[in-house]
Amino acid sequence: MDGALPLLELTGATVRFGADAALDDVSFRMFPGEVHSLMGENGAGKSTLIKAITGVLPLDAGTLTLDGTPVRFAGPHDAQRAGISTVYQEVELLPNLSVAENVLLGREPRRHGVLSQRLMRERAREILLDLGLDLDPGSALGSHPVAVQQLVAIARAISTDVRVLVLDEPTSSLDLDEVAELFRVIRELSSRGVAILFVSHFLDQVYEICDRVTVLRDGHLVGEYLTRQLLRIDLVQKMLGRDVSDFKARRRVPVDDEPGTEAFLSARGIASAPDLTPVDVDLAEGEVVGVAGLLGSGRTALARALTGVSRLEAGIVRIEGTPVDLDSPRTAIQLGVVYSSENRLAEGILGELSVLENITLSVQAQRGVLRRMRPARQRELAQSWVEALGIRPADLDRPAGTLSGGNQQKVLLARLLALAPRVLVLDEPTRGIDVGAKVEIQNLVGELADNGLSVVFISAELEEVLRVGDRVAILREGRLVDTLPSAELTVDSLLALVASPDEQED
Amino acid sequence: MTATVTEGRTERLERVSAATRTFMSRHAAMTPTFAALVILALLLVGAEASLRGDFVTPRTISSLLLDNAYLLILAVGMTFVILTGGIDLSVGSVMAFTGILGAQLLGSGVPAWLAVTVMLAGGSAIGLLIGVLVQYFDVQPFIASLAGLFLARGLAFVVSLSSIRVEDTGVLWLQQNRIRLGDWYITPTGILALVVVALAAFTLHLTRFGRTVYAIGGNEQSARLMGLDVARTKVAVYVISGFCGGLAGLVLTAYSGAGYPRNGIGTELDAIAAVVIGGTLLTGGRGYVLGTLVGVAVFGTIKTIISFMGAEQSWMQIIVGALLLLFIVIQRAIVARAERRR
Amino acid sequence: MTTFWKHRLFWPAAALVALVTVNSIARPRFLSITMRDGELYGALIDILRNSAPLMLVALGMTIVIATRGIDLSVGAIMAVSGAVALTVIDGSDDPGNLGTVLVAVATAIAVALVLGVWNGFLVAVLGIQPIIATLVLMLAGRGVALLITGGFITTVNSDPFSYIASGYLTLVPFALVISVVAVAVIALVERRTALGVLTEAVGINPEASRLAGVRSRGIVWGAYVLSGALAGVAGIVYASNIKAADANAAGLFIELYAILAVVLGGTSLAGGKFSVAGTVIGVLVIQTLESTILFLGVPSAQSPVFFALVVVVVVMVQSKRVRGAFGMVRRPGRDGPTGPPGPSKHEAVTGRRTEVAA
Repeated sequence: MDGALPLLELTGATVRFGADAALDDVSFRMFPGEVHSLMGENGAGKSTLIKAITGVLPLDAGTLTLDGTPVRFAGPHDAQRAGISTVYQEVELLPNLSVAENVLLGREPRRHGVLSQRLMRERAREILLDLGLDLDPGSALGSHPVAVQQLVAIARAISTDVRVLVLDEPTSSLDLDEVAELFRVIRELSSRGVAILFVSHFLDQVYEICDRVTVLRDGHLVGEYLTRQLLRIDLVQKMLGRDVSDFKARRRVPVDDEPGTEAFLSARGIASAPDLTPVDVDLAEGEVVGVAGLLGSGRTALARALTGVSRLEAGIVRIEGTPVDLDSPRTAIQLGVVYSSENRLAEGILGELSVLENITLSVQAQRGVLRRMRPARQRELAQSWVEALGIRPADLDRPAGTLSGGNQQKVLLARLLALAPRVLVLDEPTRGIDVGAKVEIQNLVGELADNGLSVVFISAELEEVLRVGDRVAILREGRLVDTLPSAELTVDSLLALVASPDEQED
Repeated sequence: MTATVTEGRTERLERVSAATRTFMSRHAAMTPTFAALVILALLLVGAEASLRGDFVTPRTISSLLLDNAYLLILAVGMTFVILTGGIDLSVGSVMAFTGILGAQLLGSGVPAWLAVTVMLAGGSAIGLLIGVLVQYFDVQPFIASLAGLFLARGLAFVVSLSSIRVEDTGVLWLQQNRIRLGDWYITPTGILALVVVALAAFTLHLTRFGRTVYAIGGNEQSARLMGLDVARTKVAVYVISGFCGGLAGLVLTAYSGAGYPRNGIGTELDAIAAVVIGGTLLTGGRGYVLGTLVGVAVFGTIKTIISFMGAEQSWMQIIVGALLLLFIVIQRAIVARAERRR
Repeated sequence: MTTFWKHRLFWPAAALVALVTVNSIARPRFLSITMRDGELYGALIDILRNSAPLMLVALGMTIVIATRGIDLSVGAIMAVSGAVALTVIDGSDDPGNLGTVLVAVATAIAVALVLGVWNGFLVAVLGIQPIIATLVLMLAGRGVALLITGGFITTVNSDPFSYIASGYLTLVPFALVISVVAVAVIALVERRTALGVLTEAVGINPEASRLAGVRSRGIVWGAYVLSGALAGVAGIVYASNIKAADANAAGLFIELYAILAVVLGGTSLAGGKFSVAGTVIGVLVIQTLESTILFLGVPSAQSPVFFALVVVVVVMVQSKRVRGAFGMVRRPGRDGPTGPPGPSKHEAVTGRRTEVAA
């Protein structure tokens, strides 16, 4: 492969936003038939680089060559015509149109100069079958699950004469089977000589599928490596540019096995269709229960059922032995049960409001419209949390939307903690934030638990669940498989429990 | 033998039900339009029954098209805009402006073909202004078309403060000439309106431009990433709506035999109501121009029924409002069900 | 100093000042206010008095828009409210009695309140898009008003009722008092309670607000009730001014002018951050422009052309494309409505840098 000429090469690439360079003198290359990973923290310049090679952003300096010829794309369509296609993290298709149109629109087949829906369906069906997908091309895209929509997006990308396929976080919403299916497709494409740029936060997947990895940090190129020659710890270190030894080991609260001891919060047979069949959960004071499970395993449904976001269809929740009716997030908050959503931007932070307003929002909502907190008191409260959680920049009046992902997450935590809650339910609090902030949040959860707070901690990363949780509740297909002390589990044994039974055999 | 027959029948039944399922999964978005058809049928049957067979006559049905040709044309233009997720409040005023402008030009001796061209160009120009504001200056369609409304309404009064009679035989011919088939008749204005519907249906379903209109309503960003020409399409739908406004101005001038600057106050609401009743979602991306035809038919039928019964025309507004409410609640329920399925 | 012209009220205020300046140059008597029989008169007083209905409607519209909504039915509610008030007065034996007028006004406002509750129900409970939910009443409301008045323009002769629009409370017109009181109450409520920030939170993101424990439904519903009630008062002022209930003309296009006033005042139609002061300025700009147009001898029917031009200019000035061309936008996303962070901004940037590099 090294003897071959690069299919795509970026040299000295610089992209500026105002005064800041999001990409500074970066070189990057891809060879035919390789699967290449792009790694880096948030803000390292990954998405800027992707946008630069797919024609979304123009280069301020540097050149992009394809087959040794310099090219300049006026837009994504231009790049597509040159054979560079992208599948984005959030499915960027049209739910209101048919699957066939989603695959072919833009270069749709015509008959007598008129667009032919029938030809379009036939053509799309072939392309989808090629990917092992058997669905009605005439059906509306929106009627299919997200994973299928993602595969349709890939079908769209490969239905052109694709030479470079960019997959931006394609696996973040797929379950194990679907990932395996995707990897089969990726291998098939790479054997046809397509160069694939695979961007993912999941190290396992990167090591499983990628031949080569390019690491970026703070807009600069760190280096390009062969995956098999790069140790994981080295890769992480290159991404961070510092040692990752500051994980604080959590002091395990000995779980009280004495019979008759009341859990602080106990849920019996709670269910919310179709994602969660009746499950039992107990949460002791000062305990962290990690929740492990794949997407669609019911982990988010469980979090929402416990916090009044979605209504219970069956079962009962008791707090200190008293049955409670969690009919809204507001009621749950009043009972000391608070929730942070996995979807920080859509269901968490209010970007246009200031950091101060974001932090004090829930407290103010509890006090009601008429009993406004005094401005001085608001400032004091917000300031104390900004300091306690190390929110940067420590500017209370800055719109929260301008903060980095990790700091937004901290603002969200501050909003919840300002309520002085008893139970904290965190749904993927570390998703999509840089490793530094991730460790800080993990450590914070430990400290909070040490101070008597009960925490439900959901994460897609099994290692993190094990590190943070005292016990781990394992969910699969909407059922609670088991709840085990994390000391008795390893990542491998947890993986086996999380995955479907068929896959445990090998 | 019997067994085989039964089996054959079951198979056939299965095939039919599978075909129905396929059809329904492909055309779930049509449900509101079917609902509108049902309501139209109920209205016609109900009116026929209570008016003892005097209602569903060739004469009434023919005049339905005649009386609502201008609204149908406006609603078709509006359908394009709403499918992209936009809205055009200017159409009633554009119709008034082009109508009075045409009457003025004809009155001062300008040949009919030129006057008509100017009317259509004037409507399109206002549409173009709105489209450019929406697309290139990121103005919300509501506000941009509000500017269009003010501009057209004001210009109508600049042309003339009072109504102007039209004597031009060519323009009046559009209205007065009746092509008869038994008791049925159709006027050139009616044909014009139906041609507009047909052209719109063709464009929306069988051209890339049409599919781009739907794509923009589905997700504008995605449409752009798919390499569809979003910018030009978005401007174009407002131009189409403005053009339809101009055409409606011509039809209304022929219909009333005069241009009047106060014409069409609130007609944009009638057009929006007809489009929504016809099953097009105001959020864009879902709907059919044939649904709009049904929506206008429902609208016109109610109006006719009210005048048959000799009731106050104020009931018209109340009933259309209630119907609109019914339909948005239906749409809301459909959307809510789709969301829950996710 | 450089931040001064970036303040979001700068442009609306500048437009108002410019209009007043042009007027006072063109007609020297524009600024003069005379005292007659202990009552103030003059062009400015007229503008302030005539702006009362629009001011009331625009205030309600501001709050509704802040919740991500819009209320198209305000004009129709004005018509209904006027029709109710006049019908009550017309039907009584003693139209000139203060008690009768008070009952009429109370009934009219109560009906408007109910209509607001209806709008709020459609939007906050059924979850219907505001533009279409209020379109229902916009269409049906005038029909209702026509039914109430029996299809006629009801006229009355009642001194207490005429006082609402034409009377003076000591020095100033009573209509002006009404609109000043409304502005003061809304501003006070916004400042002294948490309504402002909670409304903005709901407008920016309803679902996130619900999860944060905000009673979104109540806040959104309340906004429509407020808008309905204010439109009801506006309808009474309008009817009092013409001493009649005209179901077709009352409040015609006022929803559009009100939305224009809100947008002129710098509140985004996308919801969230809002400014009552901005809306007040927006209303005054519209009313002054109206007065200017009339002064120029343009028939009032033609005045929409000018408003169209105003809308076009305003939206173009506010658009990123034009601002970018004049270097007024430094970076997308940093052009937030809150005041610039000043010196701390530099610290913030370097602070982040060191954190990343550490």
